[in-house]
Amino acid sequence: MSFRDSQFGELKVPLTWTAAVALIVAAVVAVALLLTDRREAFRPETYGEARSTADRVLAPVGSALSAPVRWTGAGVEAVRGYFFAVSENRRLKAELREMRQWRDVALALKNENGRFRSLLGLKTDPPIPMVAARVVSDARGPFADTRVANAGVEAGVAAGNPVLSEYGLVGRVIGVTKGASRVLMLTDAASRTPVMIDRTNARAILSGDGGPNPRLDYLRGQDPVREGDRVLSSGDGGLMPRGLPVGYAVKGLDGRWRVALSSDKGPIDFVRVLLFQDFTQTVDQHQLDRLPTPPPTPGAASVTVPPSAPPTAGQTAAPKPAAVTLSPKPQPTKPEAAKSEAAKPAPSSPAAKPAASKPAAVTVSPKPQSTKPEAAKSEAAKPAPSSPAAKPAASKPAAAAAKPATKQTTGTKPHAPPKARPASPPAAEEPPV
Amino acid sequence: MSQARTLDPTRWIGAPMLQALAATLVLSVPLRVWGLQLPEPVFAMPAVFAWAVIRPSVLAPFGVLIMGLAMDLLWGGALGFWALNLLIAYGVLLAGRSMMAGQSHTILWIWYGVVAGIAVLSGYLLVMLDDRTMPSLVSVAWQYGWTVLLFPFAYRLIDMYEDADVRFR
Repeated sequence: MSFRDSQFGELKVPLTWTAAVALIVAAVVAVALLLTDRREAFRPETYGEARSTADRVLAPVGSALSAPVRWTGAGVEAVRGYFFAVSENRRLKAELREMRQWRDVALALKNENGRFRSLLGLKTDPPIPMVAARVVSDARGPFADTRVANAGVEAGVAAGNPVLSEYGLVGRVIGVTKGASRVLMLTDAASRTPVMIDRTNARAILSGDGGPNPRLDYLRGQDPVREGDRVLSSGDGGLMPRGLPVGYAVKGLDGRWRVALSSDKGPIDFVRVLLFQDFTQTVDQHQLDRLPTPPPTPGAASVTVPPSAPPTAGQTAAPKPAAVTLSPKPQPTKPEAAKSEAAKPAPSSPAAKPAASKPAAVTVSPKPQSTKPEAAKSEAAKPAPSSPAAKPAASKPAAAAAKPATKQTTGTKPHAPPKARPASPPAAEEPPV
Repeated sequence: MSQARTLDPTRWIGAPMLQALAATLVLSVPLRVWGLQLPEPVFAMPAVFAWAVIRPSVLAPFGVLIMGLAMDLLWGGALGFWALNLLIAYGVLLAGRSMMAGQSHTILWIWYGVVAGIAVLSGYLLVMLDDRTMPSLVSVAWQYGWTVLLFPFAYRLIDMYEDADVRFR
């Protein structure tokens, strides 16, 4: 006897109400999942097994689905290359002539930078290794803007690694699994990236909103940005290297400053994942904690200064050595500043930093200097980052240079060496290891 | 004994769900046409609309939940985000079902637009709460417009199964 023929077969369940109950149960599950989601935490443990598994499955599927697109693109390029070979050759020759001039300038600047570094005793960043990957899946909605790249943990990719296309910064790795990594784009509503304006060194936070042009929030300084200013990653907070190209400042329709991303110049099909490690990851905290406590200042316990007695020269010299050595403006910075002034032929005004100007001659002129030597100069000359032109991140090397004088006498823990991350050339230009 | 014809859930829930997810997956291919990115409509919305119009069901909300979670995993959004948005839309549809049943094509399309707008609006508010930022209205309108254009798929599904269960005509 079937169920319908039994006495329960006539049982009428109010289907609309049961559907409503099912809806409420499903909604509760969805809300619980949403509340526990921490995808933007950039930590492997918060990414979740479900996401990792989905990305692992999605990588080969997306790769297979995008294969026809790649083949079509390659075919179109081949046909275009055949028919436009002459004009392409002409254009490339002109570009080569221009690049030869830039090569000479770059070599001279490299030499000059090396001398400045040795003069200032700067510790530069080591070259950052990188991994090339292909984008196999693309989400570009207003509420989620991510990509899946086909390089994962086996390639050394970790959550938080910056990702670049051939034109500029694309985003950061949000989750990684075997064979795939999920990249949170700069345009995603959850994306926040510390950036700086190349011309003025003004700092800002690049906030994605699901649109093609993310906002520049928390801009500081007077007239910090103008239309067309180059925007670079600032490296503040140690999240990513300093100087990665991000885009150009534009005024949005809503009157807010936004960034036209450099990575929008072409399709984001191949990307480079910088295996960049924050200094908090590279430094050995246990070793820092194991450093012995410095001995007390000789004579400090035996010498007492009566509070009402007028200080004499002998008394002030002995008990207060720290007052002399703890000064944030140590004397060694003066010669450094003098050196930089001597080495600097032109005043380092913001206007003296063109974004991209054609060199008029092969000889080295101060015009097309990159920001890096100037950053080094200002680091030595401006230890206090109070003015808008001063660079908070860049002032660290100067502090590090002043440390050896203070370390022995004050006995403070040497936190400066790991923080000493001076300006380095854009990692996009550094060779992969 | 009831003479009502029962619907096969794999046909009116399972198949449209798989089709919507397959379409979402295909459109997530990184492709630019003349420098422009492809649109990203919510392919699940026609199925959600049709399920609510055809008949109330216990399985349909869980189908919506699964579809929303799959979209979140595919698009890399917050897990549960699209599931909740689609469930809100389904709830609104279920509540107003008696008004929608038997309406003309145009009226149904308008209804569909209203409900899709509710789903997008709830997504907008959720992002504002979660990320403390206002998503770009242009991007939201772009996705909404393409989603509204998918109504013919919903109407076809309704047309196929509207008369399958006479109790809910």
